[in-house]
Amino acid sequence: MKLGVLCSGGKDSIYSCGMAMEREEVACLITVHAKNEESYLFHTPNVGLVRLQAEAAELPLVETESAGRKEEELADLGRALDLAREKYRIEGVVTGAILSVYQASRIQRLCRERSLWCFNPLWHTDQEAYMQALIGQGYEVLVSGVFSEPFDASWLGKRIDAPALALLKQYAGKHRITLTGEGGEYETFVADAPFFRKRIEIVRAETGYLNFRGVYRITDARLVEK
Amino acid sequence: MILLVDLCYRDGSLGFEEFVLPIARIIEGAGAGYRTVHYTRHPGEAARDCDGVILCGTPLMDNGFLGDLASFSWIAETGLPILGICAGMEVLALLAGGRVIPCLRIGMTEVRVTAPDPIFPEDRTFGAYELHENACSLPPGYLALAESDRCIQVFRDPEGPVYGVMFHPEVRNEWVVGRFLDAFCRKSLSGSP
Repeated sequence: MKLGVLCSGGKDSIYSCGMAMEREEVACLITVHAKNEESYLFHTPNVGLVRLQAEAAELPLVETESAGRKEEELADLGRALDLAREKYRIEGVVTGAILSVYQASRIQRLCRERSLWCFNPLWHTDQEAYMQALIGQGYEVLVSGVFSEPFDASWLGKRIDAPALALLKQYAGKHRITLTGEGGEYETFVADAPFFRKRIEIVRAETGYLNFRGVYRITDARLVEK
Repeated sequence: MILLVDLCYRDGSLGFEEFVLPIARIIEGAGAGYRTVHYTRHPGEAARDCDGVILCGTPLMDNGFLGDLASFSWIAETGLPILGICAGMEVLALLAGGRVIPCLRIGMTEVRVTAPDPIFPEDRTFGAYELHENACSLPPGYLALAESDRCIQVFRDPEGPVYGVMFHPEVRNEWVVGRFLDAFCRKSLSGSP
């Protein structure tokens, strides 16, 4: 089955893409650039870098833009799905949804309206096992934004490795964040994955941080041999 | 040991993680063991040393199981407690002489318990996640235990513990699976005789 993977550049969509590649044919990545940083549906930090991830994975990319206004976002995503179906004949869509009924049901509806299958391979996954799998399988996951207590500025650009996961577990216990950041507590960017032919080297990045909210904005990056 | 039957369109599909594993985690969390099998791979044999069976759901668009009812003939002879979720409820309905009718629903809905039962003992309403393009008519002799504005949400066979639920209990209603195990599959739970 030919599938398009909805890709924000973060760990959940990239890992879901890896799972889909093992079972079916991934025909393209699909991304929507939200101009509004408070976008309801789309993960925003560094989404422009999905282009580089697609190149690293040697997959075509379907891109559309969204003003990031609540109800229009769905139509914007719908346009992206139509484009992917037209260009790459996709029969289904893969998302990285873990727990969000809001996000999952909206995407399910968009797919059903178009007679596209919809797969959410991380749906209600064991969050700790998933985080360990990311680390164990060599995904290079960087924190690209933090949006809740108790994350300090040192998290911006930090790689999620075993010590970082240990800290996240502590935070999850004390501050009731989700381990995967599913509640929007933090966002990630994937610089390398087992199925990338090249890895992404971050040449330059800026950080901004105030009151438990911060962004790691990658301003220059390139593909390098692995 | 609980047998989880995968009803997705092929063995090893991407739907396995989404519709089978979340149920497996609930079973593990309750202290029971489980085994998974695709519906085309002789679940009747795999069920022989099990204490209960759960027929899992499938993605929207994935209705291949409806054209292969012969693969479910073992259900009539198993005698085990069965919980059919969404696609699994559709199979149970068809096997018992009910019908599957178009009814596309995606998202949260309100479920009203209409007839108290060991799994749904209280007369109450609760929010539940639906993801289906069909619903079921009530098979002859079956009891409807809960409903939403659009369809029957839970039915059971009054002759034995065979339940169908249209909503997905793995989303916000894990207690449904927990009570099924507790009421009918106690041998599978750790610490139980």
